[in-house]
Amino acid sequence: MLTYIIRRIGVMVFILLGVSVITFSMMHFVPGDPAEVIAIERYGEEVTAETIEHVRRELGLDQPVYIQYFRWLTNVLQGDLGYSARTDRPVLDEILTRLPATIQLALAGMLVSLIIAIPVGIISATKQYSIVDNVSMFGALLGVSMPNFWLGLLLILLFSVHLGWLPVFGRGGIEHLILPAITLGTGMAAITTRLMRSSMLEVLMQNYIRTARAKGLTEKLVIGKHALKNAVIPVVTIVGLQFAHLLEGAVIVETIFAWPGIGRLMVGSIFARDFAVVQGCVLFFALIFVLSNLIVDISYAYLDPRIRYARRRV
Amino acid sequence: MESVAVERAISALIKVSPYAIEVFERLRENRLAVVGLAIVLSLTLVAILAPFIAPHDPIEQNLGLRLLSPSWQYLLGTDALGRCIMSRLIYGTRVSLQIGVMVVGITALLGTLLGLIAGYVGGVVDEGIMRIVDVFLAFPGLILALVIAGLLGPGLFNIMLALSVIGWTGYARVVRGCVLSAKERGFVEATRALGGSNLYIMFRHVLPEALSPVIVMATLGMGGVILSTAALSFLGLGAQPPMPEWGSMLSGGRAFMRTAPHLTIFPGLAIMVTILSLNFLGDGLRDALDPRQKRKLEI
Repeated sequence: MLTYIIRRIGVMVFILLGVSVITFSMMHFVPGDPAEVIAIERYGEEVTAETIEHVRRELGLDQPVYIQYFRWLTNVLQGDLGYSARTDRPVLDEILTRLPATIQLALAGMLVSLIIAIPVGIISATKQYSIVDNVSMFGALLGVSMPNFWLGLLLILLFSVHLGWLPVFGRGGIEHLILPAITLGTGMAAITTRLMRSSMLEVLMQNYIRTARAKGLTEKLVIGKHALKNAVIPVVTIVGLQFAHLLEGAVIVETIFAWPGIGRLMVGSIFARDFAVVQGCVLFFALIFVLSNLIVDISYAYLDPRIRYARRRV
Repeated sequence: MESVAVERAISALIKVSPYAIEVFERLRENRLAVVGLAIVLSLTLVAILAPFIAPHDPIEQNLGLRLLSPSWQYLLGTDALGRCIMSRLIYGTRVSLQIGVMVVGITALLGTLLGLIAGYVGGVVDEGIMRIVDVFLAFPGLILALVIAGLLGPGLFNIMLALSVIGWTGYARVVRGCVLSAKERGFVEATRALGGSNLYIMFRHVLPEALSPVIVMATLGMGGVILSTAALSFLGLGAQPPMPEWGSMLSGGRAFMRTAPHLTIFPGLAIMVTILSLNFLGDGLRDALDPRQKRKLEI
């Protein structure tokens, strides 16, 4: 097990290096001279050639690319992601102040998906191939196919514009969280419902369920007590591990509901051409992604020893 | 006379590919897949025939007819610039399907080729290709696409580029897996013993093993590409005005949600129906191409 973990961490370090190279080179995708772009951002449209040269020297952009990269990487490793061109604050600060909002939203979305998925999955599994099952499986497909930005707008239309029950945007009390959480959680709920259904179906075939039935327990007890606990564990585990994937959806949901999180920061920075912040956000998301993949791999390998020997990263 | 011709055509087809017929028969038994296929075909027709079916010009503005509700003259109403929403949706089908087909085509081709090489050649080449795949998969897909499109500047071409850059990795990984298992099979060894060249074995014997999953991935992936395109356009990075594109239409409708909700409702509906039908078809194809996998993949 230890060898496996060490090997996986080695792979992760390599991947993170690759991530850093890609993130660094993003700056060079930008059409035009980076020094000029940054100078214009800082000092407005009317910059002199002198100022541009000054910026170039100051940021080390006159150095060879690999030196620029290593200097950048050293800074990043020390937590220095540069400064935001819009606010002049350190990028790391900008990200960290928005982190709680994003985590809150992602957790709420996860909760919504479980609240929908667990009961629907149970009913589907216990009444396999019934109308209820077919309807909920169709609903799951619908949920996967529905663009979350559309769902968000429809929810605003119904609950904020027409009924006036919930605020349209911003972050505040629990009422601000409801619509974004539903928007974010629905897509995931669709996947989780299918997962819950198949997990429940598998548990219902086990011997201990037959025993429970044979000794005359009511169906309610069999399902609610004996089957549910065992069926729910893998589902909750997988949902927990999907946390990183929720962040992807959060980018759009945060933009629709003006939720002050990292996703909105990133989209805003893209339009403001605040590249240091964009780079920082990308690195942040990739780091979360890679770390959660690592946790997934290690916990699966822990649960199923065969993986340690056989399977490459899925 | 006609039925003879049809029969001949069918028997010719059976001779060419009995497997394809078998797959199609199985697909036909799946009601949702048939519905999906029918919708996808209709959408394709709509895209091709857009100039003939669209009741109005999708771009022409008519400020006297702003924000009309659905009526007989404008079946789905008009937008903030007095343009016919129905016509814009019809032309939008073109944009979405074109991007879907192109991005899926590029990524599937590139991914399949790289996966084939990685799996077949093995060793350092395999390591190299798969490590690059790992690095790309370390980014949440949409976020990387968002940033690439954002840095390159708004526009459909840049979106296509961004989605292609992130899209090929899945194909490479799956094809490599198929190739690895095909390599172990007897027929590859037999062909080699008979003197078949590496290229011949790769394309003639190994590649067909990987085709089924690639077809399924491409169908489901097309939905993903269309959804991502709409999402990026919704954020303002994709199609630029006045191009009729579903995501940007949706985004344009936001300002008028109170007075003209149909601006928001219809484009979203178009996106959902398209993706839903591709999902139906993709799920059906997966079952039809490999019935044994059905239970395993039910999750």
